[in-house]
Amino acid sequence: MNPIVTAPAFGPALPEIILAVGVLVLILFGAYRGERSAALVTIGALALLFVALVAVLILPASRTITMGGSFIVDGFAKYMKLLVLLGSAATIALSTDYLRREGIDRFEYPILILLSTIGMLMMVSANDLIGLYLGLELQSLSAYVIASFHRDNLRSTEAGLKYFVLGALSSGMLLYGASLVYGFTGTVAFPGIATALRSPAETGVVLGLVFVAAGVAFKISAVPFHMWTPDVYEGAPTPVTAFFSSAPKVAAMAMTVRVFMGAFPNILGQWQQIIIFIAIASMLLGSFAAIGQRNIKRLMAYSSIGNVGYALIGLAAGTAEGIQGVIVYMAIYLAMTLGGFACILAMCRRGVMFENIDDLSGLARTHPVLAFCFAAMLFSLAGIPPLAGFFAKFYVFAAAIRAGLVTLAVIGVVTSVIGAYYYVRIVKIMYFDEPQAAFEPMSAGVQVVLAVSTFVVLVFWLIPAPLVDTAAIAARSLSAF
Amino acid sequence: MFGLGILSGLLIVPLVGAAFILTLRGDGDAVRSNACWTALVTTIATFLLSVVAWARFDLSSPAFQLIENHRWLAETIRFKLGVDGFSMPFVLLTTFLMPFCILASWASIETRIKEYMVAFLVLETTMIGVFVALDLVLFYLFFEAGLIPMFLIIGVWGGKRRVYAAFKFFLYTLLGSVLMLLAVIAMYWDAGTTDIVALLQHKFAPNLQTWLWLAFFASLAVKMPMWPVHTWLPDAHVEAPTAGSVILAAILLKMGGYGFIRFSLPMFPDASTAFAPLVYALSIVAIIYTSLVAMMQEDMKKLIAYSSVAHMGFVTMGLFTMTPQGIQGAMFTMISHGLVSGALFLCVGVIYDRMHTREIAAYGGLVNRMPLYALAFMVFTMANVGLPGTSGFIGEFLSLVGAFRANPTVAFLATTGVILSAAYALWLYARVIYGRLEKPSLQGIADLNRREIAILAPLVILVIFYGVKPGPILDSFAASTDSLIQGYQAAMSLTKTAALPLH
Repeated sequence: MNPIVTAPAFGPALPEIILAVGVLVLILFGAYRGERSAALVTIGALALLFVALVAVLILPASRTITMGGSFIVDGFAKYMKLLVLLGSAATIALSTDYLRREGIDRFEYPILILLSTIGMLMMVSANDLIGLYLGLELQSLSAYVIASFHRDNLRSTEAGLKYFVLGALSSGMLLYGASLVYGFTGTVAFPGIATALRSPAETGVVLGLVFVAAGVAFKISAVPFHMWTPDVYEGAPTPVTAFFSSAPKVAAMAMTVRVFMGAFPNILGQWQQIIIFIAIASMLLGSFAAIGQRNIKRLMAYSSIGNVGYALIGLAAGTAEGIQGVIVYMAIYLAMTLGGFACILAMCRRGVMFENIDDLSGLARTHPVLAFCFAAMLFSLAGIPPLAGFFAKFYVFAAAIRAGLVTLAVIGVVTSVIGAYYYVRIVKIMYFDEPQAAFEPMSAGVQVVLAVSTFVVLVFWLIPAPLVDTAAIAARSLSAF
Repeated sequence: MFGLGILSGLLIVPLVGAAFILTLRGDGDAVRSNACWTALVTTIATFLLSVVAWARFDLSSPAFQLIENHRWLAETIRFKLGVDGFSMPFVLLTTFLMPFCILASWASIETRIKEYMVAFLVLETTMIGVFVALDLVLFYLFFEAGLIPMFLIIGVWGGKRRVYAAFKFFLYTLLGSVLMLLAVIAMYWDAGTTDIVALLQHKFAPNLQTWLWLAFFASLAVKMPMWPVHTWLPDAHVEAPTAGSVILAAILLKMGGYGFIRFSLPMFPDASTAFAPLVYALSIVAIIYTSLVAMMQEDMKKLIAYSSVAHMGFVTMGLFTMTPQGIQGAMFTMISHGLVSGALFLCVGVIYDRMHTREIAAYGGLVNRMPLYALAFMVFTMANVGLPGTSGFIGEFLSLVGAFRANPTVAFLATTGVILSAAYALWLYARVIYGRLEKPSLQGIADLNRREIAILAPLVILVIFYGVKPGPILDSFAASTDSLIQGYQAAMSLTKTAALPLH
């Protein structure tokens, strides 16, 4: 069969195609209507995400490979795509009110989020190094622009520039590693690489592997490639920070799993130590560095670094249980981080956003419901049962112990106690300290996101089966198992 | 109803009450009184429900009863509830003391009463959950979940150094517990299930037992608390509001002992034997050292807190003797201490509400103005000392008998603790109650009001009743104790026969 005349099957890429076509229509609409179209474009973007969500749901559950082997849809991809789409939709819902208040409610914003989302969906489904890079760059380039979306604000533009320069560097490293892997295996397709590699791998492959690992570690902001995270998180507009810490993180983690479990399952011994080191370093830095933070966005940045460390424990295990742990972790992390940022976006007095954790003092008296929701998020991030965050950690630790990584698990639980200190300190400020002036009422979007994520965090322990069982099926759908 | 049994009911009823209080709006007196009454009615309803459970409970059987079993995290990690002779008394103790805690908070909590009552009701659910959970993960979930409401109770409604105490309590207990979590996971992979009933039959390899025992010990010793990880307790006790101290002393500390008797002893018998000398040593230090420390305290709550540590030393000592007397004595001490220490904290609360100080030096000669109070306080002091005729005596005596059979030196050293406890408790009583009423601030102090009588009278009666007639309590865990000892001896003889060919 001649591949030039036979069109590939587009069906498996339906969600991406829907989003891509929809984005083009929205751009035209926005350009035609001008600045006043922001609200309509936002609604259109949410509708598109919803349609894409439905499209993901109706995709076949069995493994389908198309586009000459570079695009794969399996249970894992479907699960992660759902999370990515939910994260993007929640971000848009969180953003509208903030952007209007800051005077930057332009129609390009939802469009950039959508473009970034398309990139993320491609990352999740990438089955070769080229597809992976295309998705990654589409996602990253859109993200650089959104980071400096508040273009008159010095901190925002600085964040965008920093993100761009460092991101370009990491992309370079990823490409360099990919080229080494290609040179030594003769193929870019993950299954092909997997069959070509036998343990122990040649030095060149290991070198390529290290560069690829460095590139993806940058994208998931794992130590030692995390330096950009606190600055970018602090400088970017708050809803953009919420976006960076939610959907792209899920997609990047999915990509990481896909690369290591798809392309390098046979040389687990070579990369396991790298992942273990990255996980330990991230957990330690995430818990210690956050203690001194006063700015809540910076604190959340370190918190996200730490959380990535925990999720990587599952990958380090390299087993189906471990991947299930990663999936469950990212799903629950998505709910916690979106809920947390919804609370941060509620910190507004007379049109001015507050970002210092001391501004939360006495929140339990002025806004009991908001304080309760935020406390639930924080206790959950600290991993206290019965909140969802406990189960996220439970699954990755369980996988680690099964794989014999007891030391890693012990370091993990100890750092989680250290991390609990700074999460609980915010609860202390909200509940034990004297109240300040009240915040303005929350916007509808923030309320919805906060309500949904609080519900997930509080009720997960009563009905865990839907999330956990599907995650187990998704993990087993990876070709390595 | 909905496939849920009476134990689920015990977990749900307090939550329903809490949810109802959350729906109340406003801050006025009416809301305040509604919140208090709702909490009281809820806790009484929970108590009555637990009495029903008690009535359906078959004392003669060592098996787990009233079992509920639902699918939860996985096929092998289930939402399983049940009680046996060891857990049933604790469930009753919890539900019995909760109404007193609510009553004790009626007037003394002035701010944010709704949140306070909600925190207490949620705490009640987690405490009952710890005792009725028959799945390790579920047990851990309730064990840790209680930290959140207790952290808030200490931190929001506590005394001057409440923030420090709340953090210390939270982080100390959390650090101990996460190691237990890893042990739970390791047991899951070893046995393939977290069902406690199945794990009780599972034989863990001796080497693994050692690690698991140590991990559980890290958590339970902090919770108990055993010397030298007891230092969170005096801080937490002193800063917590009265009802918080009652719950801490009466129930939360018992979770440590319950954990030993439920997990460490039956599941890791080899490791328990190997580590028994360590436990004896720590218990003896706790009994003697913390008794001496208690003697020098100037704060009443702190004194009682240290005396709790000393009494818990009797419990750990009794448990690890692995004799029927020792285990029964430890169980009885825990129940009795739940009543007595709870009552002592309530007594301190009574005068704290009037004078707003816990300094021993600020009191003296109270018997002249408060004869009823002096009477109640005397009964509890005597029970704390372990005077025959009070419930405190039975437990300590049995623990000492058990210890004597296992190791006479340990028993000898522990007995000095009885003398020391008499010294600090009676000295406290003398300084607060006796003497001339000279301090001008005390001249107008009033005796117990009707609410306070209603709180203390039932406890006085129970402490004396169980001192004279300990049968009802001892019977409840007699069958379970026998089965525990039999299982232990079977495991020991197995180890011995396995070790024989080596010689």
